[in-house]
Amino acid sequence: MKLSVQDLNSHYGPAHILFDVAIEVGDGEVVALLGRNGAGKSTTFRSIVGLVAQRTGRILFEGKDVSDQPTHAIVSRGLGYVPEERRIFTDLTVDENLEVGRQPVRPNAPHWTREKLFALFPNLAEMRNRPGGRMSGGEQQMLTIARTLMGNPSLVLLDEPSEGLSPKIVEQMVAAILTMKQAGVSIVLSEQNLHFARLICDRAYIIERGRICYSGTMAELDARPDIRDTHLAL
Amino acid sequence: MSTAPTLLSVEGLSKSYGGVHAVREVSFALRAGEILALIGPNGAGKSTCFDMLNGQTTPGAGRISLLGGDTTGKKPREIWRLGVGRTFQITATFPTMTVRENVQVALVSYGRQLFNLWASTPRFARDEAGRLLELVGMSGYAERPCGELAYGDLKRLELAIALANQPKLLLMDEPTAGMAPRERIDLMRLTAGIAREKSIGVLFTEHDMDVVFEHADRILVLNRGSLIAEGSPEEVRRNPQVRAIYLGEGLVYDARHREGLPS
Amino acid sequence: MAFYFVQFLTGLASAASLFLVASGLSIIFGVTRIVNFAHGAFYMLGAYVAFTLTERFSGALGFWAGIVVASLVVAVVGVLVEMVLLRRIYHAPELFQLLATFGLTLMVQDLVVMIWGPNDLLGRRAPGFRGAVEFFGQNIPTYDLFLIALSPIVLGLLWLLFQRTRWGVLVRAATQDRDMVAALGVNQKWLFTSVFALGVFLAALGGALQIPRDAVHHALDLRIIVDVFVVVVIGGLGSIIGAFVAAVLVSELNAFGILIFPKISIILVFLVMAVVLIVRPWGLFGKQEAPARRTPGLTVNPWRPLSQGERIAAWAGLAVAAMLPLVSGDYALTVGSEIAIFVIFAASLHFLMSVGGLASFGHAAYFGLGAYGIAFLAKMAGLPMIACLLLGPLLGCLGAAIFGFFAVQLSGVYFAMLTLAFAQIVWSIAFQWVAVTGGDNGILGLWPEKWAAGPASFYWLSIGIAALAVAALRIITFSPFGYALRATRDSLLRSEAIGIDAKRIQWTAFVIAGTVAGVAGALFAYLKGSVFPDSLGISLSVDALVMVLLGGVETVSGAVIGAIVYKMLSIWLVSQTDLSKLVLGGVIVLMVVAFPKGIVGMLETLRNLRRRSEPAKPALLKSRIEGAE
Repeated sequence: MKLSVQDLNSHYGPAHILFDVAIEVGDGEVVALLGRNGAGKSTTFRSIVGLVAQRTGRILFEGKDVSDQPTHAIVSRGLGYVPEERRIFTDLTVDENLEVGRQPVRPNAPHWTREKLFALFPNLAEMRNRPGGRMSGGEQQMLTIARTLMGNPSLVLLDEPSEGLSPKIVEQMVAAILTMKQAGVSIVLSEQNLHFARLICDRAYIIERGRICYSGTMAELDARPDIRDTHLAL
Repeated sequence: MSTAPTLLSVEGLSKSYGGVHAVREVSFALRAGEILALIGPNGAGKSTCFDMLNGQTTPGAGRISLLGGDTTGKKPREIWRLGVGRTFQITATFPTMTVRENVQVALVSYGRQLFNLWASTPRFARDEAGRLLELVGMSGYAERPCGELAYGDLKRLELAIALANQPKLLLMDEPTAGMAPRERIDLMRLTAGIAREKSIGVLFTEHDMDVVFEHADRILVLNRGSLIAEGSPEEVRRNPQVRAIYLGEGLVYDARHREGLPS
Repeated sequence: MAFYFVQFLTGLASAASLFLVASGLSIIFGVTRIVNFAHGAFYMLGAYVAFTLTERFSGALGFWAGIVVASLVVAVVGVLVEMVLLRRIYHAPELFQLLATFGLTLMVQDLVVMIWGPNDLLGRRAPGFRGAVEFFGQNIPTYDLFLIALSPIVLGLLWLLFQRTRWGVLVRAATQDRDMVAALGVNQKWLFTSVFALGVFLAALGGALQIPRDAVHHALDLRIIVDVFVVVVIGGLGSIIGAFVAAVLVSELNAFGILIFPKISIILVFLVMAVVLIVRPWGLFGKQEAPARRTPGLTVNPWRPLSQGERIAAWAGLAVAAMLPLVSGDYALTVGSEIAIFVIFAASLHFLMSVGGLASFGHAAYFGLGAYGIAFLAKMAGLPMIACLLLGPLLGCLGAAIFGFFAVQLSGVYFAMLTLAFAQIVWSIAFQWVAVTGGDNGILGLWPEKWAAGPASFYWLSIGIAALAVAALRIITFSPFGYALRATRDSLLRSEAIGIDAKRIQWTAFVIAGTVAGVAGALFAYLKGSVFPDSLGISLSVDALVMVLLGGVETVSGAVIGAIVYKMLSIWLVSQTDLSKLVLGGVIVLMVVAFPKGIVGMLETLRNLRRRSEPAKPALLKSRIEGAE
């Protein structure tokens, strides 16, 4: 088991956001976390990497309980996180952005070099010295994923990788994520676009109002239009 | 439709940043009651175009006229006075006020009462605000603090605020970004209904092709700052150039709209 | 000609310390987003510790070692401060951070006097740089030449550090998005601490290097911090090259300003600052700040006009206050009048801060202007008291109109720094322009006319005006103008999009607040019978901020309670201890860390919790606010 989240509860101030969330991800698996806006997808990811102060529950990463650790310590163990808003360092060049993400090589995870990443995202290779702020949304999305891969993670949390991107770029993103999967990276991605998730993922969880209300393989979910209708508002 | 008067006409609109042409020679027109979508790859110049129309950015060249009057280079608030309502990609509302107060502030501004130090705002234009909220289906939330609203409701509140100055034109920047598929359809259906009823022109940018193909009367396609196609959803969908640079294989949107694309 | 050249070099030499301190402030702000008010205190500590060490260590090596060791020692103090205090307030609103570090400054002022005594200390001359070079008959100290050479070297080293090292890349990344840096596996705490240590080291070095030029004394901190604020406002906060250019510019303006306007040289700096702000609001090398963040957890309860019951309670409170003269003596009435005056002053600032979201750090300027307005009218024009009371505050109004016009071009910490700098400029004018203001001696003999002269009558006058002022500000808060002002505070983008001219609205609010503060100052002048530059000073501005904070920033009229409680506490405190700055500073720090909502804010929260006994609905929007932060 790569990641096991048990009884995760999170709060923002007085508001209780997540209720007993449980998620399991196997080695090399790609899992979707589906749900509408505000359902708790981003909060789940932020809680896993320790960016939500008030949370309880157990988070086992590669068998170790990391729930008491600060964000940087969790990430240094090889749990990469790509946030929803991309959050590129706009004043830094592409190369410098990648430098911030650089971490030592890990025995149990694929090793990414700049060259490999530029092969994965050819657009980036042409703009190594360009400041992040002068890139388009699609290029920024590629850079944010590449930056996280520089940390040689064995698992990546991808928060809405298709949001705000043109259909064509979304298709490139599908290809890149499949390459990551083939390299052996486990992935959890949150999505609202079921078409996108279907192309990439093995299994899916559906989250609604902070609770996991369904889990199953993508094929099982496809066979249950009632579930999709109730929980995803398709 | 074609007999409706021209609301907005844009001629030769251009803008460059440090030698890079963000928008180049864009021209189009929008009629009253028409819903026009502006699409294109990320970085194609949609935002720059939008910012010039609503006054956030001064055009480098070209002319924007609204109802025959020149609005090129006017400030956002001056353009608003001329009857342009706006919604933002990331909603912009007043989180510490109630839903009704959010609309009331817009009405205060529309009634030119901004420097009135004496009247009681909680009683100002209450009913008018209530009517606008009812129009977007938010009556039940009028007294709720705006900061507590769900995202989809915030989008509808924004629409009510945008309607407060009885606009002739609505500019909506990615109106359905970050919403669930059904909420997207609902919001655009609501917008389209209001637009047709009140003969308001709507210009919107969007990445969700399901929304665009469902609701736009006409589509403009922007790439690298220039208009590369313009036409009905059907025409745009069948345009090989648009497919190559923007629409792709159609894997990531609804089957109904994939018609004519290679599978 | 030679004279001007030497004057130019003197300016350059003075720029060195200013640059060191300003660059430290900029670096710390860049990463931590804290405008470290205590930076002046670290500068002063650097000078004091260097004084002690250079006296202790002998020889040339001892002197230079003393300078460096002193800077390191102070940097270690900085590290302790960062770990104990700042780590707790990194996510607090800017105002709280400024106040907490100001509290620290107050504490250091008393501690320095306790350790080194109140007298000026003259340090050793720098070995090897004792002489002077002659230039066309003018002497230039070689130490000045050393300082002139030093700043570009430090600038170059900092540039290399930030552009060419991994640490520098991480710091620049954290400057933009510190949480994202942590999410990429970088230990943020360590990064922040190291940045703070570097910034404090630079400030302390700036102080230590001044000892061969200047006497060391316990007012160095405020003097340098105001200059540094001016420098970073001109140069652009967060820009090191901006700090360099602006430090040179300001130092030269000072050097030549003394020749042009010997009495009010500060005017020249002000004019340049004004021009820069009009042309480039974020400073010569600065970049526009992202909108100020809202603090998660501090959700604002929607405001309501007073209910019937609350209105009756307010009237009852006023009636009880009006009965004070029946039961107490003259001293209590004088204290009561003073409290009423500070209620007006605090309420005016509170209006600007809570409704407008504009935290002024120099609100005393308008209080003091109101007081001087009275003094001019009564002493020079000989107008009757009623006329003075009506017209005097207009000087506060005028000051607010002029300074407010520039201040509202900015927001957040820039606004705070600029208002502080303006207040300091007004203070300097009052202090230096002896012919008109009497300078340090003030203007004496301003007594109320007979009808208001008795302690009871003056008390009634004060609480009557206070009640009127608070009521008027409340009415304005709930007027269309008040809502428009709140709209500009909540979302500039949206308010512009519904036709609100944010700058004009904020300017008007600034003028209203300044005028009401002027009313308070006018009454204060009559209460004390005199006016001194102190009534324009930083400490009075901060008193007002603390009153607002104590009452609760996010309430409608919390400042009223805040002013009453604070004024009573501080009057009692001064009677109990000589170390009032130390205690007051400690109280401010404690309040920011442990009690950010203030008294009224706490009460409102408790009441709301009781009202909503059902479990709070999960507020979906909050996750977006958090996520977007």
